[in-house]
Amino acid sequence: MSTSQTEPNKGELFEFLCRMGDNTLVLGHRVSEWCGHAPVLEEDIALANTALDLIGQTTLWLDLAGKVEDAGRDADRLAFHRDVWDFRNLLLVEQPNGDFGQTIMRQFLFDAWHLSQLTALMESSDAQIAAIAEKSSKEATYHLERATDTVIGLGDGTDESHRRMQNALDLLWPYVGEMFVADAVDEAMVAAGIAPDPASLRPAYDTLVNDVFTAATLTKPQDDFGHRGGKSGKRHSEHLGHMLTQMQWLQRAYPDATW
Amino acid sequence: MYAQMIKSTGQGVKSLEEMDPQERAFQERINAGGKIEPKDWMPDGYRKNLIRQIGQHAHSEIVGQLPEGNWITRAPTLERKAILLAKVQDEAGHGLYLYCAAETLGVSRDQLTRDLLSGKMKYSSIFNYPTLTWADMGAVGWLVDGAAIMNQVPLQRTSYGPYARAMVRICKEESFHQRQGYDIMMKMAKGTDAQRKMAQDALNRFWGPALMMFGPSDENSVHSAQSMAWKIKMNSNDELRQKFVDECVPQAEYLGLTVPDPDLKWNEERGHYDFTQPDWDEFFDVLKGNGPCNTERLAAHNKAWDDGAWVRDGLMAHAAKKRAAKLAAE
Repeated sequence: MSTSQTEPNKGELFEFLCRMGDNTLVLGHRVSEWCGHAPVLEEDIALANTALDLIGQTTLWLDLAGKVEDAGRDADRLAFHRDVWDFRNLLLVEQPNGDFGQTIMRQFLFDAWHLSQLTALMESSDAQIAAIAEKSSKEATYHLERATDTVIGLGDGTDESHRRMQNALDLLWPYVGEMFVADAVDEAMVAAGIAPDPASLRPAYDTLVNDVFTAATLTKPQDDFGHRGGKSGKRHSEHLGHMLTQMQWLQRAYPDATW
Repeated sequence: MYAQMIKSTGQGVKSLEEMDPQERAFQERINAGGKIEPKDWMPDGYRKNLIRQIGQHAHSEIVGQLPEGNWITRAPTLERKAILLAKVQDEAGHGLYLYCAAETLGVSRDQLTRDLLSGKMKYSSIFNYPTLTWADMGAVGWLVDGAAIMNQVPLQRTSYGPYARAMVRICKEESFHQRQGYDIMMKMAKGTDAQRKMAQDALNRFWGPALMMFGPSDENSVHSAQSMAWKIKMNSNDELRQKFVDECVPQAEYLGLTVPDPDLKWNEERGHYDFTQPDWDEFFDVLKGNGPCNTERLAAHNKAWDDGAWVRDGLMAHAAKKRAAKLAAE
């Protein structure tokens, strides 16, 4: 990636960094909603740990986005003072937690993409992006390991756990396609050697998830239709607005306060 | 204090002369500062008492996730959110070490969990109070974790080895929790008018319940006397409460907040603050189940446990399949 060099414009780079940071922000928030309510103590700890990693990564991505934008916004300003149409996360990560099966399936589908994206970003022509990717990839590696084990364990567990995991997969599969669709921002990143072509990550993704679904005795839906509108910000789901009302409430209600 | 109203044998402390040789050797070892380990002989009362105390402490850590978890999704900055998540995760970890310590005494975590969910075993009443504003995250860290540390630091020297060792690690983390709480209070107390109001309101609501955490006066309690002889309780409730007040009052002054006790004053002669006792009727009401959040805290845990049954069953079933496949391959 680092060989071809066409400088992206500031707006495109800002957009790309918001995509990375908003994915981890929104998913980190969703996972943190489990705190104290998990099926077993070890899972409570693991979920909090995952959320913590994702929130930490958010700070790195969004702080860098703010620097690139150069308009005086830091990670908090971006996280707590943008409205739905400014968010650039995948539709997948804003989907509600549902039952534990949906939460862990969402995590698995995201982690499998996230780790390969981060691995590619470690070769980015932008040294700061490469550094954030390197740090984050260590965390994403064990997120994926844990999500894989849990999807297999529950898919190949009891009849009920199998049924719930199959439902979760059927529900969430239509949100996978969006990860691999390129737009003008992605093309600019590819041209600058900053990020991989999203479509290039698909074959390895399919191999990985197919292997896991086989081990988990789950059936991947035939239809590869993918909802879009999250990473472009053109049409989020209704869920994101509700999440933001909670997440941003204090900052919005007391705009002159520091915390 | 995360364990409250722990009953012991109720029979009063035996003198060394009244003990049989085995029990005498046990007591002499404790008197000499030795540790009791899981496989050592111990009186039934010691074992039962410790199971109740450690179990209640573990349950408090677990239920204690809820009032703070209540604000994770509304934390005002990414850093505050991360700190609060880390703190609540620590509490779950404390629960885990403590359940493990209790298991060394011959009780299972599942049994302790069932006893918590059925209401048979208690957890600290402080967690039956609601967290209503962001300043409550400050007050809980500063006062609730502060009171817990007051009790737990001496427990690092408790006679039961696994409990003492768990407490060493827990105390390190609790000390970070208290500092992060006080840090939130500093920001709030030095912030806008609205933030100062939130900070004072949080102190007003948590002061009394924090004083109650040490339990009613136990000067004449046979249970406490026995626990102290066994070194599973190191100080009297009043002693710890006084120490807590003496530490907190200057901290509140530094914040520019008013401790909600009109009779609070420094007593030169005693070298301590005089203060008003909390409302003990309220304490016993909360203990009976009539606190503001008793019903919902227990309901939330029961719901999490019931909703999670299919997950636990699924993972156990998968583990059994894997074991069977491994055996068949051998």
